[in-house]
Amino acid sequence: MAIDVLANVVTGVALSVDPVPWARSQMAFTLAFHIILVPLGVSWSVMTLIANYRGIKHQDADAMLLAQRWSKYMAVTFAVGAVTGTVLSFEFGLLWPKFMGQWGAAFGVPFAFEGIFFFTEAVFISIYIFGWRRLKPWAHFWTGVPIAVAGIFGSISVVAANAWMNSPQGVTLDKSGKVIDVDPMGVIFNDAMPLMAAHMVVAAYLVGGFMVASVYAVGMLKGRTDHYHRMGFIIAFTVAAIATPVQMAVGDTLARWVYDNQPTKFAAIEMVPKTSDDVPEVLLGHLNSEGEVTGGIPIPGLASILSDPSDGTSTVVQGLDETPAADRPTNHEVNVTHLAWDVMVGVGTLLFLLTLWWWAAWIFRRSMPGSKWFLRAAAASGVLGVVAMEAGWTVSEVGRQPWIVYEKMKVEDAATANTGIWITFIGVVILYLGLGVTTILVMRQMSRRFRGGQSGEVDVPYGPSEPIEAGDEKVPL
Amino acid sequence: MDTTAALVLFAAITTYAIFGGADFGAGFWDLVAGGTKRGGRARNVIDHAIAPVWEANHVWLIFVWVLLWTCFPEAYASITLTLFVPLTLAALGIVLRGASFAFRKAVFRTRDRRNFGAAFAISSVLVPYCFGAVIGAIASGRVPAGGKAGAPWGSWVNPTSVLGGVLAVCVAAYLAAFFLVSDARRLSDETMVAYFRRRAIGAAAAAGLVALVGIFVLANDAKYLFDGLTSRALPLVILSAVCGLAALGLLTRRTRHGARLAAVGAVASLVAAWGVAQWDYLLPESLTVSAAAAPTGTMTAVLVATGLAAVLIVPAFVLLYVLDQKTLLPEESMPEPAHSPLEQVSHVTDEPAG
Repeated sequence: MAIDVLANVVTGVALSVDPVPWARSQMAFTLAFHIILVPLGVSWSVMTLIANYRGIKHQDADAMLLAQRWSKYMAVTFAVGAVTGTVLSFEFGLLWPKFMGQWGAAFGVPFAFEGIFFFTEAVFISIYIFGWRRLKPWAHFWTGVPIAVAGIFGSISVVAANAWMNSPQGVTLDKSGKVIDVDPMGVIFNDAMPLMAAHMVVAAYLVGGFMVASVYAVGMLKGRTDHYHRMGFIIAFTVAAIATPVQMAVGDTLARWVYDNQPTKFAAIEMVPKTSDDVPEVLLGHLNSEGEVTGGIPIPGLASILSDPSDGTSTVVQGLDETPAADRPTNHEVNVTHLAWDVMVGVGTLLFLLTLWWWAAWIFRRSMPGSKWFLRAAAASGVLGVVAMEAGWTVSEVGRQPWIVYEKMKVEDAATANTGIWITFIGVVILYLGLGVTTILVMRQMSRRFRGGQSGEVDVPYGPSEPIEAGDEKVPL
Repeated sequence: MDTTAALVLFAAITTYAIFGGADFGAGFWDLVAGGTKRGGRARNVIDHAIAPVWEANHVWLIFVWVLLWTCFPEAYASITLTLFVPLTLAALGIVLRGASFAFRKAVFRTRDRRNFGAAFAISSVLVPYCFGAVIGAIASGRVPAGGKAGAPWGSWVNPTSVLGGVLAVCVAAYLAAFFLVSDARRLSDETMVAYFRRRAIGAAAAAGLVALVGIFVLANDAKYLFDGLTSRALPLVILSAVCGLAALGLLTRRTRHGARLAAVGAVASLVAAWGVAQWDYLLPESLTVSAAAAPTGTMTAVLVATGLAAVLIVPAFVLLYVLDQKTLLPEESMPEPAHSPLEQVSHVTDEPAG
């Protein structure tokens, strides 16, 4: 994607005419940014509630402190997620007015329900974050539960809209292609929705768990191995370690759904130029301009076996050539899809092995793995989880090209005619990069303040801060 | 059913104008509060007032967009196609405002707070201006339907749009000042009660003046809207003026809630007057409500969702506002009395300063 973006910048500045690549780049960039915040919004609340529950139930002061601090971090990530999500609601129209004009009546239906969940999330996250001091402990705990529930159903609703783009059902068109009737249930519960939604929700737990755990893994590597830090790590990593094996099963089922329902996307994923049986699984590799697979490591017959294990190597996989060139991803897009697929599966498998290590240690030794190498791997797992998620989303989106609504509308027919998008794209990139860096810096600063016990400084909100004497306040490290 | 959906849409716009508007207005007062020392106390009240509620209030905007693109897709597509520039500015402003406000609360160095505060405050003025300009563009018939783009600049740089933008900023500041009077009173900060009361009067005068000037602007620049405002929407215009005057009267008589309610009434009837004046056009003289309406199935689904929202969300909002108004959601970083560091360790739930 980075190369795409760079190429777009260079050509766009020179020509500044065709808005389509710019619209695509901007949508891709803003979604790629927003999707990193999604797992935190969905699963961090659950981790916080686990700590909160433990804190109240077992009178565990460390757990309570952990829950409080996590809720403070969540306040920041939720705010950033809320505003970057809002940008998307502008961009649907700013970048894809023809898509929204024609399909809004169907595409919008899941969002109407998503609105309910977003409201719920926003209201209760405020009550939970600000209610620590005055609400009774259990009452306060329960104000956090709707956040977790709304997070799950909210992401299901959004994915339902995206799934509808892959499987546009529940609409009746007249001869000119105008939507004249909509079956809301058919739109929401389209065929692609259940598996895609499950894949994303589990991904949110997987990625969120690894992201939070990786921070504590770094802390433990730096010698902060007290009860507080261990608990932060164990809660987060356990969530991820439950989600990861589930994700392997969900993802595998989804891949077979794509094989059955979106053969062209499947051909791009597996990089299959011509229909045949006994198709090899090519790791990495490249589709050249002649449409031939070059390089990579072919594993004979594996793609066929995985597509339908019951038929083994005799399973026929439909090739790209069955679809007219104008209606299938370009060779470049096939390469992007295939590479993203390899990255997602490869990284997912590594993370799965890491969770196996974790479970083995708990089963055989009744404690978490003691090895430094485990912690080092866990420290990398947050970034790896994000990489896998971004790659998976790339597979879904690039693999659907050139369609914005599968077999009904092409991306190029959906975009705005506005030629100034390259300018907004640059503005958005600068703003978001600043936003991303600042978010991380602010959270690091919060963490340092928590550790250093300098919380007193904040009591002087806008005046010059009073110096705080060291050791004024003892916070468990 | 199309009419019901349009009413829901306008109700959502009104709610956003009031609650979202008050949050933006608070940012305006933050901007003009003065230097770090001088403005500290006012910013305290502002932080206190909007921190627990702004995100929930912000969701109304997303709900408005969702209603618009689902129920009236062509209107959404036409608006976003023509008003690309002000809407892009608004979107970026929203990112800047929300993120900076959250960051300001999370950091503790004065310099950082000041920078984030400035970004928050400036974008709090930019966003309502852009939305006001967008409404001005729509109301003056500068957004064509049917997949044609209107003038990319002229559509929102024109007398009615400037009026809309300035009026939106004034109205936001006006509402916020009334809300902040109550918030300061809740904090028992009498100095700040007087401070925001003066500003409420000033903002009311400014909004009234802009509205008066607006009459002449609209008469020349937005004929259709002007005719609507002076005929079928006239009762609402008068109601708005009466509410505005009543709010001022109640404010000087120092009643507890009346002034705030009357101010809300003034803004709500102003938004309603706009809606009635251009009825039954969504985009005056080019796209009516029924022409833009989505098929029945969509409308049914959206109205069901709205009903569910009313059942689920309204009680949640009531809970949030009640807890907030009873000061059960204390700003964690605010100075709270009787807090020794030792206590904070023994009672973990009392840990301050997130």
